[in-house]
Amino acid sequence: MELTLWTYEGPPHIGAMRIASSMEGVHYVLHAPQGDTYADLLFTMIERRGRRPPVTYTTFQARDLGGDTAELVKGHIREAVERFQPEALLVGESCTAELIQDQPGSLALGMGFNLPIVSLELPAYSKKENWGASETFYQLVRGLLKDEIPEDKNHNPQNWKGQGRRPRVNLLGPSLLGFRCRDDVLEVQKLLGENGIDVNVIAPLGSSPADLIRLPKADINVCLYPEISESTCLWLERNFGMPFSKTIPIGVGATHDFLNELHQLLGMPSYQPKELGTQSRLTWYSQSVDSNYLTGKRVFIFGDGTHAIAAARIAKEELGFEVVGLGTYSREMARKVRGFAKELGLEALISNDYLEVEEAMAKSSPELVLGTQMERHSAKRLGIPCAVISTPMHVQDVPARYSPQMGWEGANVIFDSWVHPLMMGLEEHLIGMFRHDFEFVDGHQSHLGHLGGHQSETNKTTEEPSSNTAKTAVSELDPIWTPDGKEELSKIPFFVRGKIRNKTEKYARQIGCRKIDSETLYDAKAHFKA
Amino acid sequence: MGGATLLKETGPREVFCGLTSIVWLHRRMPDAFFLVVGSRTCAHLIQSAAGVMIFAEPRFGTAILEERDLAGLADAHQELDRVVNDLLNRRPEIRTLFLVGSCPSEVIKIDLARVAERLNGFYQGRVTVLNYSGSGIETTFTQGEDGALKALVPLMPESQEEQLLLVGTLANPVEDRLINIFKRLGIKKIASLPPRESIDLPSIGPGTKVLLTQPYLTDTARVLKDRGAEIIKAPFPLGAEGSRLWMEAAAKAFRIEEALVKSTLEPLLTRARKALEPYREKLSGKRLFLLPESQLEIPLARFLHNECGMKIIEVGVPYLNRELMQPDLDLLPDETLVIEGQHVEKQLDRVRASQPDLVVCGMGLANPLEAEGISTKWSIELVFSPIHGIDQASDLAELFSRPLHRRDLINHKSLAQV
Repeated sequence: MELTLWTYEGPPHIGAMRIASSMEGVHYVLHAPQGDTYADLLFTMIERRGRRPPVTYTTFQARDLGGDTAELVKGHIREAVERFQPEALLVGESCTAELIQDQPGSLALGMGFNLPIVSLELPAYSKKENWGASETFYQLVRGLLKDEIPEDKNHNPQNWKGQGRRPRVNLLGPSLLGFRCRDDVLEVQKLLGENGIDVNVIAPLGSSPADLIRLPKADINVCLYPEISESTCLWLERNFGMPFSKTIPIGVGATHDFLNELHQLLGMPSYQPKELGTQSRLTWYSQSVDSNYLTGKRVFIFGDGTHAIAAARIAKEELGFEVVGLGTYSREMARKVRGFAKELGLEALISNDYLEVEEAMAKSSPELVLGTQMERHSAKRLGIPCAVISTPMHVQDVPARYSPQMGWEGANVIFDSWVHPLMMGLEEHLIGMFRHDFEFVDGHQSHLGHLGGHQSETNKTTEEPSSNTAKTAVSELDPIWTPDGKEELSKIPFFVRGKIRNKTEKYARQIGCRKIDSETLYDAKAHFKA
Repeated sequence: MGGATLLKETGPREVFCGLTSIVWLHRRMPDAFFLVVGSRTCAHLIQSAAGVMIFAEPRFGTAILEERDLAGLADAHQELDRVVNDLLNRRPEIRTLFLVGSCPSEVIKIDLARVAERLNGFYQGRVTVLNYSGSGIETTFTQGEDGALKALVPLMPESQEEQLLLVGTLANPVEDRLINIFKRLGIKKIASLPPRESIDLPSIGPGTKVLLTQPYLTDTARVLKDRGAEIIKAPFPLGAEGSRLWMEAAAKAFRIEEALVKSTLEPLLTRARKALEPYREKLSGKRLFLLPESQLEIPLARFLHNECGMKIIEVGVPYLNRELMQPDLDLLPDETLVIEGQHVEKQLDRVRASQPDLVVCGMGLANPLEAEGISTKWSIELVFSPIHGIDQASDLAELFSRPLHRRDLINHKSLAQV
């Protein structure tokens, strides 16, 4: 039993939902009690999706448990197939249904539908979301391609040469609720296009079961998010002989290495990098004199394996930071992260417990935190600037603007989004430093309000005398707040309190009321509403 | 029997489970901790529903069951003792610990009552351990609060004293306001359940008259009655009229002179009607569809029809307690369609077919409906906002008119052409 206050990953069936929702033509029947439908809001709220996830929940209740839950499951499957007419059906169960052992997958397979059905077994009490997504994607690809496996595994990634076409690759791993996948996919496509490489299929994001059947038509696979697609890439390599790339193109150096790897795998003439700094601005921005400020900044990094490792490399090699902590919540990526941390002379933190992460963060006294939403909150508590680099994320981490992490533009985005909080931190530091200077003393006017400020310049001769007299006149007429009124006012949230106070006083003056009590406050509220 | 037409529907549902109530209960009683005994799904649900309220170390958590806990229940009990011990060591300020049952803990039959009893013996009054179920197989959304309050009732001290007991979580300022008005009516002793400190429990007995502030407290009402309290029958205090009837019912139970009631409430009502007017203009004649979620649907439909002039297409409720809802049902217009339970697909078909001006629904459905061009209002907002009482009637109406107002402000047609 594990005490958890906040969790980095959801249960594995959420991972399965991510695959189903990323695709077209796939429907997922999930044997789950009522309440588990909360998962829809992850997609409709965090990702702002204008479509419900393609999921039918059996939403069984206690009273169903006494009866035939298997029949209930079959009824839901039948209705879902009729209503949604999917090209492929996923069937699985959430944590509670796993305990009842209705075997919904077997039930579905026995119903005689003429469509591919993948029965998902995702152990809810030992595995988590990313594992569930990876397993679902793998099972779906395997289910659709298992009859197409060639006897001869001599797939030649250089076939494109003989066929008079450009090389083509699959981009595997991007999914909904992944970090910036929507924009990464565009950026990587652009990057490949510039280098004469075509994209065969992008999956799971935006693909259909028919697209998955076309996967073997590519020369190689590009594994963009190992958390989601490594097991699928390995299976395609084993069974179809398709090699896959291992470099994740996040950061200038890694993007360069990524292109190198692809050129080699595809047997293309070796990659000719353009002059350094002409492709991503990160290189020049980091070199420019302004960035001296960034030198040796202590940075603490925590996230999923892929983004944590990429961030550590950029921090060290491209921005001149000192990495003082590196870790991941993802057990599946623990080995890779440990290896990379060792290279940096660190011991990796592999943990599920955000409090343990916060403790490690505090101990390493960083000047910048790169983490998930959890670390953002911890960093806020500790007063350390932070940028979010990985899931779990909030709605603000799905920005309207184009903001990839991968490729040349991704490196630009990373420079801005990491350096900005540091600069804000500096600003706050300066304010703290000058706090005792007279300009910062409470009640001191801003430049706008100063005599000699441009606004008062024009006004002072004409308005000042009158406003002085008005002031004394007003103070005599100013209504007084009774203790009851003050108490009521104090209950109003601070950020609107001032506005409410002014409006109430205005109202009191209008009606000639001298004492403001709670009733006056409510009267004023109603008055201005009407 | 009122004019409503009551029907039932079964099928796939789109509702939260009772665990979600923790999101507001833990804020009401800062000295209490809610420990869900459940799965990673439970932990993920609460944090997703709680959304941005992540800043503080929360006063709720999940003891996540793992494979070995399922293998041997004896171990699960030991493990739970260990988790509770760790938790209480870290949070010594906790005075009441609620062990909250979940779907998996109910299915594998972990007897949380027994666990609570054992832990109470162990901690000897340093902390009180209680239990209830918030599982999705037994409860929806707001029903979790019913379970939590019911668990508190046996601890309430016995008293014969005449008092008014307000039952159900309210925003603190709203509660203060309501108490203030009841005091003006001459009711001397007024207490609340849940209290603001979990150890500061009100007394209960034959002198207690209970006024429910929320419509989802079926079980709590029953056990309060068992302890001798009288449950005052009234519509729920949403809207000016509903709140008036609710306060008048209490005044009547305390034999307060009608003249005093009238002179106290009439100015408030006049003011509320005036404040409601601009929203009434906006909402009048607009067609409303309420999907089932919070149990507030029936009183809301009553308010939005009777006081704001909206036309009701359908009122969905997760479940229907006729006895508690009757005063509100009686005030609904004739032949209002009230559907208990849900078949979410069929219900959405009806939404699309009827093209309402506004749909009240859960967060999972809001954006998909907006994307289809249908304005929505999240029902979860209604359990977080101060909406009860005569003075809040216009705020309540504003919540519903805002989406319509926004639609008018943003010219969708011209945006679509860009």
